[in-house]
Order: sequence, then structure tokens, then C-alpha cells
Amino acid sequence: MPVELREQAFDPWLSLSEFQVQRRLAARRSGATAAFVGTMREINEGDDVSALTLEHYPGMTERELERIVAGAMAQWSLDEALVIHRVGRMQPGDPIVLVAVWSAHRKAAFEACRHIMEMLKSRAPFWKHEDLGDRQRWVESNTP
Amino acid sequence: MSIRVRYFASLRERLGRSEDTLDGARQTTVAQVWRQLNPDLPLPTHILSAVNQEYATPDQSVADGDEVAFFPPVTGG
Repeated sequence: MPVELREQAFDPWLSLSEFQVQRRLAARRSGATAAFVGTMREINEGDDVSALTLEHYPGMTERELERIVAGAMAQWSLDEALVIHRVGRMQPGDPIVLVAVWSAHRKAAFEACRHIMEMLKSRAPFWKHEDLGDRQRWVESNTP
Repeated sequence: MSIRVRYFASLRERLGRSEDTLDGARQTTVAQVWRQLNPDLPLPTHILSAVNQEYATPDQSVADGDEVAFFPPVTGG
């Protein structure tokens, strides 16, 4: 159940594919894979966003993500889970987060993927700081 | 020994510092740590806190050597 923070842009589909091959997941018991990818948008609250910087709490962020994933692994008896999250400065169109889970059947996969993503949104210590070109602002709360 | 106190994101900018050290503290609480370091600013109700990198409530006890953090609601993902 790896949890990774990335300082540089990453390709979530490539990461997912490599992880599957590395863990030989497709050839084993997992009949269902669910994946969520979050991407930086070029517009937020009606304003053009030219860049986004993600601040985090080194140490606690990783620990909190690991707690969330461990909870989901236990609750849904998942075969495997992978979470990758960007930190630092990024551009519109850059992937921010990948959550992927593997399980025997789709119900657990869909539910666990959603659960991990919602918990990440509400508990993992990341903060978005937007560059609007002529000014900057902190994102004060996440949209549902 | 001392208590390391960290601030993040908009709270860090508002306070103008990312870190404090509280020396010579005996058994105390999260809320008391805040009061000692920021006597002129009541702990904003929306601010979250952590002790040793786990979420904590304001009345949670803090001991010498602990790391305490204060930060605004999280906005990752």
C-alpha cells in the first residue's frame, strides 16, 4: 500500500501501469481496479489560475495518508492500494493526485477508492495556494 | 528539552513565522501552548491542531519533547 509524494510532475496512468506490472496485480486475484485522478484546473471560483503551489506538513502528510489507506485496506479487504500526491508548484493540466485500489470485486473497489479520496480531501495536511497572475490567494476550503 | 511548535499555510503567513520553540514547559495542553506563544490572538475556531503529527483537540495534553502544529482546514486532492 504505497503512499508517495512527488515534487515533480508525474503521469498517473504510467505510474498505475508500472505499479500493476511490478506487483503482478493483473495476473492475480484482483478482478476489480478503481482509479481516481485529480487534475489542476485553469479556473477556480471564476478566476484564471496560472499556477498552484501545494504546501504540506512533511511527515504528518505521509503518516495521515498511510493511516487512511490502512483503514480502507482493512475495511474493504483490498488486495492493494496506491496513492500518489503532488507537492510544490504546478501548472494547469498537471495531475495532482492518483488513488487506485485493487480488490476481488467492483463494489469494494469503487467504495474504497471514493473513501480514500474523501478522507484525503478532509484530513491529509495539504494546502493549495493559487497564483492568479496579478495576485495570490490561499484556497480556504475544498469543494464537496 | 522543549516543545517545537509549527504553523502552516495561511496561518503561517498571518503570524509571520513558521515555527516557535517553547522552553521549560511542563505538562500543558494544545490550547495553553497557543496562548503562551500568541497571547494577543485567541486560537481561531477553524484552526486545526496536531500533536506529534496526529490530529489533536485543544484540551489534549502536551509534554516536553512533543511537536505541536497549528494549521487551517486542509485543501489537498
